Amino acid sequence: MSNIVVSVKDVGKKFHIGKLQSNSHDTLGQKLGEMIMTPFRRAGQLAHGHATAAADLDEEFWAIQDVNFDIEQGELVGIIGRNGAGKSTLLKILSRITEPTTGSISIRGRVGSLLEVGTGFHPELTGRENIFLNGAILGMTKNDIGLAFDEIVSFSEVEKFLDTPVKHYSSGMTLRLAFAVAAHLEPEVLIVDEVLAVGDARFQRKCINKMEDVGGQGRTVLFVSHNMAAVTRMCKRVILLDGGTLAADGSAQSIVSSYLSSGSGTSSVREFNSETAPKGDVAIMKAVRVRNRDGQITESTNISDSVGVEIEFDVFEEGCVLQPHVILVNDEGVKLFTSVDLDPEWRNKTRPKGRYTSTAWIPGNLLTEGMGIVSVAIWALEPSRKLECWYREAVAFQVIDSMDGSNSARGEWAGDFDGVMRPMLNWETEYNAGADVRSEKLA
Amino acid sequence: MSNVKSSKSVDIPMVRIEATKGWTALNLKELWEFRELLYFFTWRDIKVRYKQTVLGASWAILQPLFAMLVFSVVFGRLANMPSDGIPYPLFSFAALVPWYFFANGIGSASNSLVVGSNLLKKVYFPRMALPISAIFGGFVDFVLAFSVLFLMMLFYGVMPTANVVWLPFLLVLIFITSMGVSFWLSAMNVQFRDVRYVVPFFIQAWMFITPVVYPASLIQDPFLQIIYALNPMVGVIEGFRWALLGTDTAPGPMIAISFLVSVSLLVSGAFYFRRMEKTFADVV
Repeated sequence: MSNIVVSVKDVGKKFHIGKLQSNSHDTLGQKLGEMIMTPFRRAGQLAHGHATAAADLDEEFWAIQDVNFDIEQGELVGIIGRNGAGKSTLLKILSRITEPTTGSISIRGRVGSLLEVGTGFHPELTGRENIFLNGAILGMTKNDIGLAFDEIVSFSEVEKFLDTPVKHYSSGMTLRLAFAVAAHLEPEVLIVDEVLAVGDARFQRKCINKMEDVGGQGRTVLFVSHNMAAVTRMCKRVILLDGGTLAADGSAQSIVSSYLSSGSGTSSVREFNSETAPKGDVAIMKAVRVRNRDGQITESTNISDSVGVEIEFDVFEEGCVLQPHVILVNDEGVKLFTSVDLDPEWRNKTRPKGRYTSTAWIPGNLLTEGMGIVSVAIWALEPSRKLECWYREAVAFQVIDSMDGSNSARGEWAGDFDGVMRPMLNWETEYNAGADVRSEKLA
Repeated sequence: MSNVKSSKSVDIPMVRIEATKGWTALNLKELWEFRELLYFFTWRDIKVRYKQTVLGASWAILQPLFAMLVFSVVFGRLANMPSDGIPYPLFSFAALVPWYFFANGIGSASNSLVVGSNLLKKVYFPRMALPISAIFGGFVDFVLAFSVLFLMMLFYGVMPTANVVWLPFLLVLIFITSMGVSFWLSAMNVQFRDVRYVVPFFIQAWMFITPVVYPASLIQDPFLQIIYALNPMVGVIEGFRWALLGTDTAPGPMIAISFLVSVSLLVSGAFYFRRMEKTFADVV
């Protein structure tokens, strides 16, 4: 008897999407007329049996198509691909949230899916109550949860707040509690989506270890992530989706590295070729790279070290004043800063033809832990002010806190440390031994 | 949702996922397997129902109590509505207690899938658990309000009759009817949010075609009486008064019609729900 646990055959999923707004309404009158008529038109189409008419959904779109693969027992398989490649749709079909339009899937064993940690957490309920509720939602019995309860609590590190409503938890605490419940699910097949993209670095490591344990117990894990480091570390096998079809299926190392270098993922290096390069009237970008302070290309940087974003570009038409820009956004989409090149050597000077490499150095102890996504741009300031060329989300890097204490803004604290920035500030203390010090309040 | 066949050989279930076409089986076995989840959903609904309210669970009592006061003044005093020889406040309260259970059940159940849309999109479970638990969750309110009804009966010196043994049957009829209606409404609400605006009006209209503020004895025409019995809540409400207050309104043969109507509502609602269920996660 074969050991195949998950077998996916010719699976496809079709969505109906809205038609592009082709007929524009120029006047308010036309717009109002359309608004009044729409309900009647929709009702008419519904009456004629067009079930999707209600929302004007008449375009078809295949989110995934012709996907085939088998997974054996105990395998840890990573599923990667760009946004919109169909990863989430595939997971939703595997976890029976939505039905495939074509094809079939056979799964031997119970399926536990974790498409989002904390699904079903109720803010008004206490941590204790949410453990039971969330466990039940994920498919555990009351008995299972009771047996695992102590372990869940100690894994989540929220013992003290167990009887506090979850709405008073910090986001990190909620997340830890949610992952702790999920990590104690014991299905034969576990499907995990992106849970590791959140939480501090230390807790992420803890989660990865836990997932490896799960795999070690002979259970099968399907793991979707954008975190290539985690994917390569955990999974031997990777499935790459592209545009809804299965683009590659094989060893994690080779697929991840070819995926990263193909430029479809976001890594710490992006080299442009003649087709992809952002090009303006006088300049063209050649590459964007992240370098550590020793000048080496790096995917991650220690929180206390400076990190450089390098833009390589060619000027093929002389006579312009150019200014490179770097924009940093964190993984929650918060724009952290924009920095412009003020290097006095080239500031307000017209640039002759040639190749330039400008590096913006982000000092250590400025960013907080997590992902930094870099967009780059080159502005022309003279003869006229204009955006010459730009590239969104060109490169990304990970900021890691090794927690050595001596050179970290955390000091001795190892728990949650919120904030989009983590500067190490100079503190001054003034001490007056002779001050009139009383413990009672002023009358 | 999917066409799932489970076989219990060597205790490892085999799950097969593929597109289902048209009408599907109800798969009540699966619902039974998920009964603990049903319990937890109900428990959650009860726990959070009156969180962050000052008066808390007393709302369960105050709602029908206020309605009774208003109706007693408007219909009892001003309009001099007949009340089958029962003091009007007691007459209306005995109807409002089951009516509120029914109306609040439909109200929250019809929204349950939209409110729980995050769950629908992230976790698999029998989707029927959401509307069903919303109805179950209201049962605690019913018990609270019912105890007030009991106190009122003591106050007015009205003793329940032996027919009180039929009360559980009437309750089952409420459950069946509200589930049937909720399956229809909640499934439609996923695709057509219009339902959300229709439901409050719908419930109000339904109350007026149900003998809550007036006695069913106002309808004398035998033909109209049969039409009237198509509304299952008529038999339930009159049955409550008959069992508790001893009014002369034994449901009689008409309850059979009511029962048939509510069972067909339940069955048709369940099949409709199952049919629409597979698209919930995509359209909600």
